[in-house]
Amino acid sequence: MELRGKLLDVSGLKVSFYTYRGVIKALDGVELWMDSGERLGVVGETGCGKSVTSLAVMRLIEQPGEIQAGKVIFNGKSLLELSEENMNRVRGIEMSMIFQEPRSSLNPVMKVGYQIGEAIAKSKKMPIKKTYPEVREMLKLVGLDPDRVMNSYPHELSGGMSQRVMIGMGLATHPKLLIADEPTSALDVTIQAQILELLDELARKMGNAVMLITHDMGVVAEFCDKVMVMYAGNSVEYASTVELFERPLHPYTGGLLLAVPRVGRTDELKAIKGTVPDLVDPPSGCRFHPRCPRVMEICKENRPPLVQVEPGHFVACYLYGNEGEVKENA
Amino acid sequence: MNFGQFLLRRLFLMIIVLFGVACIVFFIANIIPADPVGAILGGNAPPEAINRLKAKLGYDQPLIIRFGNFIAGALRGDFGVSLKTSNPVMKDIMNYFPATMELAIVAIIISIFLGITLGVLSAVHRNKAIDQFSRIFSILGVSMPVFWIGLLLLLVFYFKLGWLPGGGRLGFFTYPPPRVTGMYLIDSALAGQWDTFKEALLHILLPAFVLGYNATASIARITRASMLDVLKQDFIRTAKSKGLKRNVVIYRHALRNSMIPTITIIGLVFGGLLEGAVLTETVFSWPGLGRYITTGMLFLDYPAVMGGTLYIAFIYSLANLIVDILYALLDPRMRM
Amino acid sequence: MEKTAKVSRPFMDDLKHTAFLWRRSRLTMIGSVIIVIFLLIAAFAPLIAPYSPVEQNLSIKLQSPSWQHLFGTDQFGRDIFSRVITGSRTALWIIFLVSVISGSIGIIIGVTAGYFGGIVDEVLMRITDMFLAFPSLVLAMAFAAMLGPNLTNTIIAISIVSWTTYARLSRAEAIKVKSQPYIEAIRAAGGGNLRIMFLHVLPMCISPVLVQLTLRMGTIILTAASLGFLGLGVQPPTPEWGAMVSDGRNFLIDQWWISTFPGIFIAFVVLGFNLLGDGIRDMLDPRLRR
Repeated sequence: MELRGKLLDVSGLKVSFYTYRGVIKALDGVELWMDSGERLGVVGETGCGKSVTSLAVMRLIEQPGEIQAGKVIFNGKSLLELSEENMNRVRGIEMSMIFQEPRSSLNPVMKVGYQIGEAIAKSKKMPIKKTYPEVREMLKLVGLDPDRVMNSYPHELSGGMSQRVMIGMGLATHPKLLIADEPTSALDVTIQAQILELLDELARKMGNAVMLITHDMGVVAEFCDKVMVMYAGNSVEYASTVELFERPLHPYTGGLLLAVPRVGRTDELKAIKGTVPDLVDPPSGCRFHPRCPRVMEICKENRPPLVQVEPGHFVACYLYGNEGEVKENA
Repeated sequence: MNFGQFLLRRLFLMIIVLFGVACIVFFIANIIPADPVGAILGGNAPPEAINRLKAKLGYDQPLIIRFGNFIAGALRGDFGVSLKTSNPVMKDIMNYFPATMELAIVAIIISIFLGITLGVLSAVHRNKAIDQFSRIFSILGVSMPVFWIGLLLLLVFYFKLGWLPGGGRLGFFTYPPPRVTGMYLIDSALAGQWDTFKEALLHILLPAFVLGYNATASIARITRASMLDVLKQDFIRTAKSKGLKRNVVIYRHALRNSMIPTITIIGLVFGGLLEGAVLTETVFSWPGLGRYITTGMLFLDYPAVMGGTLYIAFIYSLANLIVDILYALLDPRMRM
Repeated sequence: MEKTAKVSRPFMDDLKHTAFLWRRSRLTMIGSVIIVIFLLIAAFAPLIAPYSPVEQNLSIKLQSPSWQHLFGTDQFGRDIFSRVITGSRTALWIIFLVSVISGSIGIIIGVTAGYFGGIVDEVLMRITDMFLAFPSLVLAMAFAAMLGPNLTNTIIAISIVSWTTYARLSRAEAIKVKSQPYIEAIRAAGGGNLRIMFLHVLPMCISPVLVQLTLRMGTIILTAASLGFLGLGVQPPTPEWGAMVSDGRNFLIDQWWISTFPGIFIAFVVLGFNLLGDGIRDMLDPRLRR
């Protein structure tokens, strides 16, 4: 099979959570791909499975969740087939992750310097103490004063500082891919901009790819090269950022963009009508069909596959094609 | 409120509570029994004997004077003379208490070690065989009567298998080590009498395990719960995302965080051990304070009952005070 | 985490979840079954017991378990099976009376302290602290010894040491309730203190106290058995499990059954209460309700 992304290619990824309410099909055939050094934005409403996707790529899905099917090819390795031991050589070394809540993501009883050092020590197979010069460099790089922060405990830092520490920890091992799961949503607006800027600058400098999970289209527009739109555990549209913002094809993407305030836009903001479906008992066919303004009969029966309708522009919608064959523009 | 103020307030409260405790003890021994002297001597004792005992116990004086004497005595550590041993009660207590203390310390060491191990394994291998075992072990620990476990183990390990001695602190023909602390393990080690040490250790093993079983169960349960709680935290996910090995995540990142509730429960169960000691000491003929009080109660030895109960309540309050202080020290909000 | 997209049916979900936890927790089920068996045994004890629990017959003393005497006989030739079965009534009677008495004392003291607050609260709570300053078994022993050991005094002694938990609980509840607007409304409508306290505040404290009472029933059995074992509780010939274990102490080597069977019954019933209690606690724990 030919890979769509040279660095990361996720296909047919299915993840379920077993709860008392039944089986929640959180991801049902997610598609995702990235090239080296690229920045991919993964967007969607809360509950669409974007965080689960990122955790599944890292193989960090916990009970009662389970990866049931799919392929994750990262840097030539099929991650879902690796042993736990080999996976641990990927995690934190070739691929690392930062999270939404920086303060609770740091261990409260360990000094910050130690926690960063732990990551470096593992990738270079050296004692943690020996990594401290490098940790100090990293702290400087993320804009913190090593003298002040090295020996601090996390509760002595602000949210923004903690996220800088997390970024430093994530990039300390020079990974090929940094997954950032809503890295700014728990922070103040002014800090948000700074953190994004820092991510931008460091990614440029170190040349790593970034997968940015977010629900904020504004952040995507600013930061990402490519965008994958997710809805209710499915990938529904993929395109370059410019293309997606100018010519959204999927009705859901269109709705998302209309819900974003933009400078100079005078028309009213519109919410997408309806709510996110219950994933225990998801709608048949296209999961978006109950909310779709342009729903057709076939949408209720069959699930549209994600197909390329124009070079570099993929969409999963029967408006643009049918089961493998691409129809002329609808 | 700073730490000093907290400590002062807590000490002040403890003094008030101890005064109340003394009142309760006095009430129990002096007001509840309708005719204490008659109860001790039986129905048809000669009047002289009754009068003599009354004078000895101070029962010829009005209640309020007796109360004053009791409080004044208690403050000096003087609880009168035991009717059964004819020793000053305080002297008896000082003789018996180290045995109880030694038993409790060994019990708590066993239960901390066993309880934390079981709790951690249980949480880490949740719903696996070891978890089921540990949970059943724990729930049995809080369900089986201490005295019954003691008798069963005695039956198995002493009578049937003969692996461990049957009771007491040392064998019949062994002299106790020279007294320093009154705890045989420490004293024999200090004196370099290693044979005595070994004997004392063998004697204490079974009663300490029985006494500590309940505490083991409590510690295992709380450790399991707090470990499960910690394992769900965000920073554990971070540690995993760094590619750290499972054991490193568990023992370096999770264990330290899960110890805070465990340490506080350790303090609490230590108080509970005093209660269990009463039963364990009876089963294993362990000459400790619990057995002293029980015997005192069975023989209506009023001075021994009052002194012993008050002393136990004092130790118990002290243990609770230490727990409160520990808690305040461990709580990060107090640190800031 | 964004796993579930919930369609809101809070009540049904709640009910389903409770049923789920109940079914999932097999241990809770086992606990309930044990308690039901215990209650049935106590109810039909005279029918189940093949012999008199108190009648002595020295010609058949110290017999090992057989089909005639399932659990063997003790040193007075009494059938241990009959004594153990009848002992369940003693245990049940103690649990029932202790729960009623200590629950009532606790609720009245707690509500009074919580409702009036201030100096009343301070005094009552310090008294509670004083009772809590004793290891409860030791205090119960002292009361039982001085009152004279028998069934009634065992019940009194255990009640006296166990009301404190309920007092603290209902005090907390009363403080919560009394600041509710509707209590203010009743006061404005001219309700007197006693009326408000007994008719409006006290009933609100009953259900948490009842829950706590069920959680503590195992402890009551253990305390009663401990008193019996030490000779400070129910006296022979009344069949009481703790005292029966104690009876067998001197015959442990050769007549192991005298101590063993009553002990099994104590452990069994307390286990039942503990399993059930754990289940109830889990069901009420909001953290587990997600």
